Amino acid sequence: MSAWETVIGLEIHAQLSTKSKIFSGSPTAYGSAPNSQASLVDLAYPGVLPVLNGEAVRMAVKFGLAVDASVATRSVFARKNYFYPDLPKGYQISQYELPIVGKGHMDIVLDDGTKKRVGITRAHLEEDAGKSLHEGLPRQSGIDLNRAGTPLIEIVSEPDMRSAKEAVAYLKKVHTLVRYLEICDGNMQEGSFRCDANVSVRKVGAGLGIRAEIKNINSFRYVEKAINYEVARQIDVIEGGGKVVQETRLWDPDKGETRSMRSKEEANDYRYFPDPDLLPVEIDAAYIASVKATLPELPDQKAARFAAQFGLSEYDAGVLTSSKELAAYYEEVAKLLAGGKEPSKEQAKLAANWVAGSLAAALNEHNLEITGSRIGAARLAGMLGRIADNTISGKIAKDVFEAMWAEDKDADAIIESKGLKQITDTGAIETAIEEVMAKNPGQLADYRSGKDKLFGFFVGQVMKATAGKANPAQLNELLKKKLAG
Amino acid sequence: MHTLTLSELAKKLRAKEFSVTELTKSLLARIEASQPTLNSFITVTAESALAQAKAAESTLASGSAGPLTGLPLAHKDIFCTKDVRTSCGSKMLDNFVSPYDATVVEKLKAAGMVTLGKTNMDEFAMGSSNETSFYGPVKNPWDLKLVPGGSSGGSAAAVAARIAPVATATDTGGSIRQPASLCGVTGIKPTYGRVSRYGMIAFASSLDQGGVISQSAEDAAMVLGAMSGFDPRDSTSVDTPVPNYVESLNAPLAGLKIGLIKEFFEKGLDASVEKLIREALKVYEKLGAKLVEVKLPALPLSVPTYYVVAPAECSSNLARFDGVRYGYRAKDPKDLMDLYKRSRGEGFGAEVKRRIMTGTYVLSAGYYDAYYLKAQRVRQLINQDFKRAFAEVDVLMGPTAPDVAFGIGAKASDPIQMYLNDIYTIGANLAGVPAMSIPCGFVRDLPVGLQIAGPHFAEAKLLNVAHAYQKETDWHRRIPAVFKGELSR
Amino acid sequence: MSLNRDQINSIAHLARLSLTEAEIPVYQDSLSKIVDLVGELDAAQTAGIEPMAHPLPGLAQRMRPDVVTEKDQHEQYQRNAPQVEAALYLVPKVIE
Repeated sequence: MSAWETVIGLEIHAQLSTKSKIFSGSPTAYGSAPNSQASLVDLAYPGVLPVLNGEAVRMAVKFGLAVDASVATRSVFARKNYFYPDLPKGYQISQYELPIVGKGHMDIVLDDGTKKRVGITRAHLEEDAGKSLHEGLPRQSGIDLNRAGTPLIEIVSEPDMRSAKEAVAYLKKVHTLVRYLEICDGNMQEGSFRCDANVSVRKVGAGLGIRAEIKNINSFRYVEKAINYEVARQIDVIEGGGKVVQETRLWDPDKGETRSMRSKEEANDYRYFPDPDLLPVEIDAAYIASVKATLPELPDQKAARFAAQFGLSEYDAGVLTSSKELAAYYEEVAKLLAGGKEPSKEQAKLAANWVAGSLAAALNEHNLEITGSRIGAARLAGMLGRIADNTISGKIAKDVFEAMWAEDKDADAIIESKGLKQITDTGAIETAIEEVMAKNPGQLADYRSGKDKLFGFFVGQVMKATAGKANPAQLNELLKKKLAG
Repeated sequence: MHTLTLSELAKKLRAKEFSVTELTKSLLARIEASQPTLNSFITVTAESALAQAKAAESTLASGSAGPLTGLPLAHKDIFCTKDVRTSCGSKMLDNFVSPYDATVVEKLKAAGMVTLGKTNMDEFAMGSSNETSFYGPVKNPWDLKLVPGGSSGGSAAAVAARIAPVATATDTGGSIRQPASLCGVTGIKPTYGRVSRYGMIAFASSLDQGGVISQSAEDAAMVLGAMSGFDPRDSTSVDTPVPNYVESLNAPLAGLKIGLIKEFFEKGLDASVEKLIREALKVYEKLGAKLVEVKLPALPLSVPTYYVVAPAECSSNLARFDGVRYGYRAKDPKDLMDLYKRSRGEGFGAEVKRRIMTGTYVLSAGYYDAYYLKAQRVRQLINQDFKRAFAEVDVLMGPTAPDVAFGIGAKASDPIQMYLNDIYTIGANLAGVPAMSIPCGFVRDLPVGLQIAGPHFAEAKLLNVAHAYQKETDWHRRIPAVFKGELSR
Repeated sequence: MSLNRDQINSIAHLARLSLTEAEIPVYQDSLSKIVDLVGELDAAQTAGIEPMAHPLPGLAQRMRPDVVTEKDQHEQYQRNAPQVEAALYLVPKVIE
């Protein structure tokens, strides 16, 4: 029996971080009082008309260039007609046949290191809808149109992904990219970066299966769960003799399942046609070139440079360039560690381990971005310097790190006040080893008679005796000698 | 005072023969007296008119007045007027008080004009007889049993009855020109993009244009100049300078090449109407113009083209009327679907619903190519026809409407019959070219209009050509008997 | 007739217009006549002709600078609202 294959396409809606809305001069700030940022145009009052925000166009072009896509010199806004309370005009201004960005691609790296190119079908500009609020109103919903008119770029991928993990890798990459480009803040909780997944299954070698669209996934974790759930559900349906229904399903994070959306009884006929209130958007080669000149070093370029310049593994380089800010932080640490010169391979690696390791873990635990880190690049570099010059061991450094996170003190001050200097004096270590050997004759005898595993026991005991300060490398070497007899 | 044109009023106001307040009061009285029979107004803004009149008087006294300061006008109730009801002739907006002024309203206010009120119109500008208004039909001042034309029936009737010296109006398929023709007044639809559509409630976005209905081309020139111009709030507004239409009114006509559209003089045109048109053309020949026959073979497809494009656009433009943020809302909706369906079903009249459904149909899946896209291609053909014609001639002339005013209720049951009233006017909207109608005589004591069209942005030429005719004739000075003298309440 | 009852009902539904039972045949009749009228377009020779979306050819969309020009005027704007509570527009409950 042939195996099942999963086919996934993602539609990402990223809110562009313009100051004003795409077709009106209202502010786009998040979290304001209901309807305080809804102008006559946003409210679709009779007689009002849309006027295009040039910055939204520039941001869309920036995105297109960053994913190697074709940028349309002529694109057209179209009306997508349907009725919903959060859509005041009764239509959404979007782009249909002639989007501003055409075919492009995004290269992703999976956990096992394999690379994959995911195709991007197109990306287009459109306006966001408002919000419906249901709390506190028994049989009614309250409509807030602050969000209505915020510019969005909708990024449509080819159905190139074959697993939930690939989908997450792609999503994360796009997320990183839009923040690098400074066109979107990527805040998934606030809804400025949203994703719908189109999922289908098929037997390997067969044609495309019927797909279901999953909406309401607002975290990377949920993307993985929702897709995996949906794949299993579809396989169940088919293996049970049924057919997958082409429909929109909502991810329910509390129940951990997708369910069919009740309100969508029939497929909507959107009756797209070019918006007669707007003229075609025309940009020329000079405009595109001027936007290209503003592109920052892109994540892949930066990762490649890190790998080459700092001798880092592809994986490490990838982690450190997952955000522009993190990469900048890392570079600063490495340079400071090298005293302003080009960091050596060892220095680069040391910095990488700590930034991608303990620092990243601490940020995660406290739900912080690198910009909110309690340990600045200089302090961290200072601590790393003390590892590099053997003042403290890597293990002790973890305590120093914790202390630095808790208090705004330099590594040196902490090492001093807590007496954490490493013991590197051979004699002192030997003495400690001898004491431990003397205190544990039984284990000594067992070890010498072949129980090699007890080496770790002795290491542990010496560390305990020296309050963890024995230099591990020296300890290992000396212990081996002494145990051998 | 009411028999005076705008330009005559302007002179006499400055000569202090009467004050702005006196003029305004007298017109308000005429409006009030005429309402039961004529029904040309939906809202009369007496209080604010008098306040504006006072302000205009100060401006006049201070010496900083412009050419339009103190002159009264009426606005078609399709233009949003701040703090004043703006109904668009519909139950849907019967309770709607606009929080803002349309650009056209702003501009004419800034020019110092005094707003008398909002004129009656076909609901959402859909109609050719002003019979679809929620506020009841407007009557033709020349015969109160007949329609004034539409959709700007109120504006045309008000000017014809001399209860407002001038009125703004809009034209999507002939809604300025056809009522002007049926009411014996002058009306001009400018080039698409000449006048801002911001605040002009949208019917068909690619066809709608704001314009003027007046007693003469000279009056139209005065007001159109102030209404026109680039507006950054309207993306379809064109950024070309507005010439002084008044200055070029008297340019000599010698050498003018007038194109006669062969297709317009074929079947469907009433013989008596045709006779008057040809007499008008003779006047032009006397003034030194040459007549040339031109063929616009795609033009006969104007009506079917229009009845795809306009409904398509309106079905989308009117989707915002849903009972949620303003306007009519059905009572006790049982759910969202019920709210939408009944607010719209009860708030809109039959013709509006007919056009919304037509538009929904022609845009729907499977029909878009055959109807909408096809119509847009035919529109291109019509455009090409006009372009080719204007390469040979300076202006086009012909009838505005196929017949004179018809009876109220006579065509209401057959929409197609009603649509064919616009057979000569629709082409100009599809091509976006400027066109006007001026009175050129009477058939069975009812007015007939001569249509003049020109290439894009040729408003100055049209007004000049119209003015030349109005210097030779006095059709435009005729006033219906009932409204000639004072009106009693 | 060019359009049948079902089509009229589905069009009215798409357009969110309530129709009484009595209205259906009336609209069926007039809409069918309109469809016949616009059917005249079929005969037009339009091969190779571009559709015209805007009457003035060759114009492109103007772009405005990214500047906030609007302030909070919701009290004024909501004066026309049929049902508002806590500055929210109220509608019958929307079920997702």
